[in-house]
Amino acid sequence: MSLGPYASFIVTSYLLVMVVVLILIAWIAIDYRNQTRRLRELDASGLARRSGRNAAEIR
Amino acid sequence: MAWTDYRFDADQLSLRRNETKQATLPAATAATITDAMTLIDLANPTRFLTLTARLLPWLSALTAVLLLIGLYQSAVAPDDYQQGATVKIMFIHVPNAWLSMFVWGVMSLAALGTLVWRHPLADVAAKAAAPIGAAFTFLALVTGSLWGRPMWGTYWEWDARLTSVLILFLMYLGLIALWRAVEDPSRAARAAAILTLVGAINLPIIKFSVDWWNTLHQPASVIRIGGPTLDRAFLMPLLVMAVAFSLLFVTLHLAAMRNEILRRRVRALQLMQARQRPA
Repeated sequence: MSLGPYASFIVTSYLLVMVVVLILIAWIAIDYRNQTRRLRELDASGLARRSGRNAAEIR
Repeated sequence: MAWTDYRFDADQLSLRRNETKQATLPAATAATITDAMTLIDLANPTRFLTLTARLLPWLSALTAVLLLIGLYQSAVAPDDYQQGATVKIMFIHVPNAWLSMFVWGVMSLAALGTLVWRHPLADVAAKAAAPIGAAFTFLALVTGSLWGRPMWGTYWEWDARLTSVLILFLMYLGLIALWRAVEDPSRAARAAAILTLVGAINLPIIKFSVDWWNTLHQPASVIRIGGPTLDRAFLMPLLVMAVAFSLLFVTLHLAAMRNEILRRRVRALQLMQARQRPA
């Protein structure tokens, strides 16, 4: 597969899309981990939601 | 009662509502109401989390498979007789451009849900979609610029299409800043919903800018009256990539909504903890 004289523009475009999508996925995954950790900590401190559910039941 | 307490005890609220109605109505009517309430209950945050946990692995797998098929088809697609291999940029630029507008459309529907129906998940959906929409708009602008340099001889031109998409990107950033600036989620949600609906005026401007004004950007070649003008060799990879990116948005959006619900639960618990703490 030859990309011709503008190969750098094509490759940069695809790499950029890949990087931005990976950043989005990583950001959402890290945020999920942080929120579940904070919920578990609050749960461990004895706090419970009005519904009576605790952090272990949120998934 | 705090706003967040009310919102996230929606499961208890709907349960109580069911019990009251069933006690005073005939059996057949009560059964009908129970069925209807079951559908409404699916939209409550706790049920939403359960549904999301089931859906996300399947959606992620399907998105990955479709992206791989789309990337393969893009790689083996023939060169265009005028553009050469740079036509391959179209397979990522166009889906991102479509999604930049589609996500704002989703946010506009969610804004209506916030302002008109006060749906518990509406502002969660809008807030979670904004950074994803901003990312797609950024990618549409940059890949378009990288496509424009070899084809038009310039990275940027202040024509109607490019400028209106840049305005869309700035509006996404403005919305994200607004949500971060206002601490109370319900106040932020109403302000953001109004701004989102005002910003929706930009969507038809973006779509029809290439028809209304003389622009460097080409007119529509896929979604147009009279059908697509693209050859099948280019249309198929483009459609596969468009479906793959749309599924990517749905997957990321559901995951981001789940995070936002958890964040609000954390906030509600922290407020409760602060109230319980002795002065």
